[in-house]
Amino acid sequence: MSLSRVDQILSTVMDGHRGGATLPETLCELCAQALTVSGVGLALITADGHQGVVTATDGAAQTMEDLQFTLGEGPCLDASSDGSPVLQPDVARTAPSRWPGYGPAVLEAGIAAVFAFPLQVGAIRLGVLDLYRDTPGNLDDRELSEALAFADAATAILLHLQEQTDAGDDVHPQLADPLGTHTEIHQATGIIAVQAAVGLAEALLLLRGHAYAAESTSLDIARDVVGRRLHFYPEDDHHE
Amino acid sequence: MTREQQLSRVFVELADTMVAEYDVLDLLHTLADSTVELLHVDAAGIILSDQRGHLQVIASTTHQARLMELFTLQNSEGPCLDCFNTGQRVVNVDPAEAKSRWPRFKAESAEVGYQSTHAIPLRLRDRVIGAMNLFCIENSILTDDDIALGQGLADIATIGLLQERVVRQQELLAEQLQTALNTRILIEQAKGVLSERAGMDVDEAFATMRTYSRQMRLRLSSVAGGVIDGSLTADDLLKG
Repeated sequence: MSLSRVDQILSTVMDGHRGGATLPETLCELCAQALTVSGVGLALITADGHQGVVTATDGAAQTMEDLQFTLGEGPCLDASSDGSPVLQPDVARTAPSRWPGYGPAVLEAGIAAVFAFPLQVGAIRLGVLDLYRDTPGNLDDRELSEALAFADAATAILLHLQEQTDAGDDVHPQLADPLGTHTEIHQATGIIAVQAAVGLAEALLLLRGHAYAAESTSLDIARDVVGRRLHFYPEDDHHE
Repeated sequence: MTREQQLSRVFVELADTMVAEYDVLDLLHTLADSTVELLHVDAAGIILSDQRGHLQVIASTTHQARLMELFTLQNSEGPCLDCFNTGQRVVNVDPAEAKSRWPRFKAESAEVGYQSTHAIPLRLRDRVIGAMNLFCIENSILTDDDIALGQGLADIATIGLLQERVVRQQELLAEQLQTALNTRILIEQAKGVLSERAGMDVDEAFATMRTYSRQMRLRLSSVAGGVIDGSLTADDLLKG
């Protein structure tokens, strides 16, 4: 694959959101169009718990998200804590026993299938992307692959929104970097977390921020960190 | 130890990892290690489909960075890609044919020090979920017995990974595969954290966590999580 599907999605979202919609809103709309689902919602959930609903494409999706926030149970919360997608193609059959409060409530809202994808990079938990259908049915292989690509794109966007760059909404040049399969990036994240005495999420942002400032790539910086040629310090962006 | 004794030990280990709270990543590492031992190859890596159209290495007997790149390269060409696409073993390919089928892969693996490579599919009925990649320093031939044994080990690991019932339920398969892939990142992050805290290199950090997880009968992912959140210190791991 030359340009990955995730890169394509991010590029489309970046181009499309200048109409005043936020990046998450644009991503969710695009996702709802790309898949045969009725609606999409995005929630922020970290190790500290549910931080709020970011956006939802329609009333039912909003209900799906709000219920989980208020009831403290549901597929997106499970997806986040288990680190695993929660795919429920037939909510009527499975949800009421698994989620006694959420299950019946969400059925009443007209939701028949829910697919929750955790937005995470290893131990770094950012949020969950929820898709729903008003009729039961599973995601076929192609749609699952597409949904996973949207989840990756959503992860990249959430990381981007956390960054304190002056670039504002401009595309961070290596937006999809941390989702790469490069081992060194993840190891470097752990090393930086200890060196700078910060959590993993912040460590990842420090790594990316340093790469951006140095006009380098996250992978090259990561290699320097793992090779002990570059050291980070507490309360400091970077140190050479 | 005779080959038979070695083999018995390996099967007992594999069986162990499949009971109750078995640990998928430990299973795959055991598979890779066992294959190197029993088939007399020099390195092995397990590659899984990430369900987004890419192959990702999930366990490897060596973390030599350049070997890891060889896995990534096989998203474009190589014995693993052919094996994954056809579901057929790719073994004992003569050097001239290897050079014409995979010119870049052949050149790069030779540079890393491996003259021959083989790939065995991880498959269950009509699903191919990945491949086991074997590397030999010399130009070597796998005997029929080697091949049969290698496929047998791969089949057992695949069953352990998928579990029969899971194959019939596409959702559980996706959930398990995605969890395994994310856990791998978590483990890399933990390797970084522990290597920095304990002043050891990342390979040593991995070995330390793995030994501890087996001694204490904990999942590797739990140990990694404990390292990351600080509930397991370097002292805990080294004493245990």
